[in-house]
Amino acid sequence: MSLTFLLLAVAALCALSFYFGRQRAVALSGGRYSNLHSLPAHYGTYTAMWCGIPALLLLLVWYMFQGSIIEAMIVSDLPAEITGDSGRLSLALNSISLIAAGNGEHLSVDPEVVEAGQRLANLQTIANAALVVVMLSTAMIGLALSYRKIAKEMRARNNVERIARYAMIACSGIAILSTVGIVFSLLFEALHFFSKINPIEFLFGLEWSPQTAIRADQVASEGAFGAIPLFVGTLLITLIAMFVAVPVGLFSAIYMGEYASSKFRAFAKPALEILAGVPTVVYGFFAALTVAPFLRDNGAVLGLDVSSESALAAGLVMGVMIIPFVSSLSDDVMSQVPKSLRDGSYGLGATKSETIRHVILPAALPGVVGAVLLAVSRAIGETMIVVMAAGLAANMTVNPLQAVTTVTVQIVTLLVGDQEFDSAKTLSAFALGLVLFLVTLGLNVFALKVVQKYREKYD
Amino acid sequence: MTDMASLMEDRAAAKVISGNLHTPVDWDSPKIARNIKKRYAAERRFKIYGLSAIAIALMALLVLGYSIVSKGYSAFFQTYVQLEIHFDPAEIDPDGTGDPAVIGRANFDSLVKEALRNRFPDVTDRRERRDLYDIVSGGASYDLRERVLDNPSLIGQTRKIWLISGDDFDMLNKGYISADTDEGDRRLNDQEIGWYNALTSDGAVEKQFHTRFFTNGDSREPELAGIWGAAVGSFYTLVVTLLLSFPIGVLAAIYLEEFAPKNRFTTIVEVNINNLAAVPSIVFGLLGLEVYLNVMHLPRSAPVVGGLTLALMTLPTIIIASRAAIKAVPPSIRQAALGLGASPVQTVTHHVLPLAMPGILTGTIIGMAQALGETAPLLMIGMVAFIVDVPGGALDPATVLPVQIYLWADSPERAFVEKTSAAIMVLLGFLILMNGFAVYLRKKFERKW
Repeated sequence: MSLTFLLLAVAALCALSFYFGRQRAVALSGGRYSNLHSLPAHYGTYTAMWCGIPALLLLLVWYMFQGSIIEAMIVSDLPAEITGDSGRLSLALNSISLIAAGNGEHLSVDPEVVEAGQRLANLQTIANAALVVVMLSTAMIGLALSYRKIAKEMRARNNVERIARYAMIACSGIAILSTVGIVFSLLFEALHFFSKINPIEFLFGLEWSPQTAIRADQVASEGAFGAIPLFVGTLLITLIAMFVAVPVGLFSAIYMGEYASSKFRAFAKPALEILAGVPTVVYGFFAALTVAPFLRDNGAVLGLDVSSESALAAGLVMGVMIIPFVSSLSDDVMSQVPKSLRDGSYGLGATKSETIRHVILPAALPGVVGAVLLAVSRAIGETMIVVMAAGLAANMTVNPLQAVTTVTVQIVTLLVGDQEFDSAKTLSAFALGLVLFLVTLGLNVFALKVVQKYREKYD
Repeated sequence: MTDMASLMEDRAAAKVISGNLHTPVDWDSPKIARNIKKRYAAERRFKIYGLSAIAIALMALLVLGYSIVSKGYSAFFQTYVQLEIHFDPAEIDPDGTGDPAVIGRANFDSLVKEALRNRFPDVTDRRERRDLYDIVSGGASYDLRERVLDNPSLIGQTRKIWLISGDDFDMLNKGYISADTDEGDRRLNDQEIGWYNALTSDGAVEKQFHTRFFTNGDSREPELAGIWGAAVGSFYTLVVTLLLSFPIGVLAAIYLEEFAPKNRFTTIVEVNINNLAAVPSIVFGLLGLEVYLNVMHLPRSAPVVGGLTLALMTLPTIIIASRAAIKAVPPSIRQAALGLGASPVQTVTHHVLPLAMPGILTGTIIGMAQALGETAPLLMIGMVAFIVDVPGGALDPATVLPVQIYLWADSPERAFVEKTSAAIMVLLGFLILMNGFAVYLRKKFERKW
């Protein structure tokens, strides 16, 4: 029985229990709703909630644990020579799940594995059947119990509202939960990584070549996990992006806010916002297939040797992507500068540009700095443009015409394809992710602090 | 600083000229006039800087749009070649059973090859023959099979039929491969170009609207690859994202805006939401890989996992937009409802929420548009696999439009460049539709209290 069907069945039961609960309340009221504590619909909702919520919670818990429990049962039955070796074990588990899904005819594996595959299929059938039975009976029990509790004096509305409030608190808690999830999943695998590789070597090493052997029979060099070349590459591309985005974004914001007629603004502002709405994969394609060849060909004309995956192409396009981000944030802070400051400046005979440069910009400076910091954090975390347009080789260079690689590029390359959660190669992606998360988080917190601390209060 | 200095200079000059502050400044003195001219020039320069900044940004947008449209529009058309096909009964249905199962198993490829051999009888060399067969795509035989299954009376006849061409031939016809370049530098040799010219002079080469591009799944052959599989994958992913992030986001926003007491929990939630909004999307991918795949053992490459990951990512957008919309509802509405005896929850569900709904929906659509364009986190959870089948549900392996674009952009075949650009045009079309709808909602239901 599929999940969709199960959910539909529970939904139908809920609808039914709403109807029953409401009917019972109406019957109890004897036609006068004022005899009841709450509205009939509240009684209906009360029964529906007791029918649906426990069943759904059960489903959630069940799905969280079913996979790992069944896997543990299968593994405990496998012979020790398979379970002893983690590589063989994961291979065996893979074949077992293939056999269980009915796609394993062509596999040549041990009889134990075939047997385990059939056992897995059996267990899965049993588990699914058990889930259906347990879930539907939970829903029925919930329905019956709550139905019996309905009485004239019962405070159905208060009950329903209390549950609603809990649901709201739980939903707000998801935000905390996902931060905790991010921190723990990154930290867990990163610590795993640091137990293999010294953190000092990772943070300060000058050589990055993570191509270690994933299988024992592969030929590969001894990996080196010094992340400095990645940090340099990331900073180089970020710097190029900022060289484009900060002046263009800031000047667009100034022109839009101070000079442009409302007609021009009504056209230009949404047009700039389009730049922010274009998916990053589109920018990546643009950088790789239009900008990079253009730079390479023109570089050749000028006698420059421009790599076809140059940092310049990725950085320029990333800068274009960030323009609207800088311009809308600085537009916000500049429009917050009170009119009296402008009027004062004009009254002293300053021209518009003098007012902007000597009055508005200094007053808005903390906000602008905050905006730039947020833009830097954006650029550091940006992935698709660099994956498609920047290189893979970890060159230690600050020459924008050469290929460099970045933290995000390496995370993607390390995790797309073969993954092996025992090898330093795969785990290093999580260590890089942790660094990325901490740096962007730090930049954001710092940006907010700058804005709060140095903001001039005018009212 | 120079103009501040020049402003000061103005004042100083004025003072010197006037001698004391009681006599008026001689604003017509040459020194002042020079200074003012300088300041006005600076003013003009500054204005030009601003204007050129906007021009640069808009130029970038135009170049981006132009490069994609100019590369991609040709992918909506596909080259077809007209060949005289003999529906040989000996090949299709030797026993004359008329049984669709027999016809379905027949080797239609050999009919196409035979037709090509008949058209160019002087090609005998084995390698040249292989080049010759490349004129027509491997997918053409499926078309022939469909045709015969639809109309079994074709068996035994000889008909002129338009067949889908191979990708190199298509590129030649669209002008992406030029016959003028050196033979070693192009994908087609002189002989193949000769065949093309012969077919063209017969009027047997034509471009037709490429419906396969919209109806097929992915393929290794550019001329057979389509975006339908990725579009369906995107649809399932977005449905999961919406089902999770919309209710959770709205409930969280209501709580934070209407019910939350000022305590530590609330502060932590608010700080967390703001931080999550700034976390790089790829980090959400790492979270999805670790939590959903490694801990919870959900299926790899499935839209469910993609949706779960993207839901966490869009949650802050929806919460922030919903809070703004709820805050915009004036307190008098709440006071009136409470005054009539509604409970706080009733006040919110009956009055505040309906009034805030347009704003909430606008924010949700914008969040969904972001999710639709997102690529990086989905690479982490294995949605980059090469998947030919159109997914039938949220648990099937699938890919999404932006990931399909990424995969095609990485493919070496020249013909995938136009496919990529065309897929980008389709993706941008969806995004424009969604954002346009959001703008419409805002315009239509915007209320000034």
